[in-house]
Amino acid sequence: MVVEKAILAIITTKEEQVGGGAPIFICTSNEDLQLFSTNLEAILDGIAHRLSDDVYIIVKH
Amino acid sequence: MGIESYLQAILFGVVAGTLARLITLRSDYRQYPTYLHGRIIHLSLGFIAASLGALAIPALLEMEFTAVTFLTVAATQFRDVRNMERNTLTELDQFELVPRGSTYIEGIAISFEGRNYLVMFAAFLTTLAYITWGWFPSTVVGVLTIVAALSFMSGSALRDIVEIEESDISYDGAGLYVDNIYIMNIGIEERQEETLKYGMGFILKPKNINVITTISNLGQQQAILHDVSATLGVYKDSGTPALTPLIKRDLDDGRLGVFILPLVRDPELAKKVIGSVPVLENAIKMPTEATFLKGGKK
Repeated sequence: MVVEKAILAIITTKEEQVGGGAPIFICTSNEDLQLFSTNLEAILDGIAHRLSDDVYIIVKH
Repeated sequence: MGIESYLQAILFGVVAGTLARLITLRSDYRQYPTYLHGRIIHLSLGFIAASLGALAIPALLEMEFTAVTFLTVAATQFRDVRNMERNTLTELDQFELVPRGSTYIEGIAISFEGRNYLVMFAAFLTTLAYITWGWFPSTVVGVLTIVAALSFMSGSALRDIVEIEESDISYDGAGLYVDNIYIMNIGIEERQEETLKYGMGFILKPKNINVITTISNLGQQQAILHDVSATLGVYKDSGTPALTPLIKRDLDDGRLGVFILPLVRDPELAKKVIGSVPVLENAIKMPTEATFLKGGKK
């Protein structure tokens, strides 16, 4: 089986909402959340998707 | 008939065939060959095809029936042409910002093979006409076959099967929408602003039930994206996967929502480009032609 999509990173301000295998970045403010997501998107070559206002994931498509 | 008139007949055939190939060999914004060497390869293959077609009639007249078997060699040869085109284009496709997709590539490869057969046919008929009627009717037949070849090569375009309308793009939370069709989730505000600034949305409305199936083909959709990006440019780079032109389908009525990021932001021009995207042979489906629906034999 070929996995086409993968979650490369999870960025959140609500630690209790996330978990699992991908690297998790915990931010303290919304600005931090945006900054981390923007940087990680560029670095990882993935797309930053917003699951809720507090949880972003970087997905490789 | 003497050997000299055969020579002339063959010459007529070969010239007609090679001309047909020259005329049907188009290089435009989307089509390989764009290069001098690509053209030379195809002209040479066209010449070989024309020679094979032209030789068939004199060989038959001289009772050299076994000579006709070389036509099978020709068939193998042209299948190789298709393979060659497919391989080259597939290799090149990896480095396109917006790839053609394999359906489009297959369509191009098929037409390369098909045009060689047209060339052979043109040469065959021209030689036959020369031997039966003489040089003048042969010229007429040569011109007619070239015209026929041209009409065979032009398939229909998207504007024949869909209505194209410009549409607003908007965000609902992180979801990007063209009209009411969901395209993708873009999380970062900055990217959202970029897509709103540089993006354009279009809605393709199918004109009938057959068209719905045809435009739902992912290869056809990729072909639209490729052609638009190749013609109007694309606001995208290798490190920005969030900026990707996409097409999604409205499952309720089969409409397509086209989201593009052109460098040339002219809606009328974009409509024109989308309209002239070829309808890929491999994508065409005709559900209404099914005989069991028409009440005919199964």
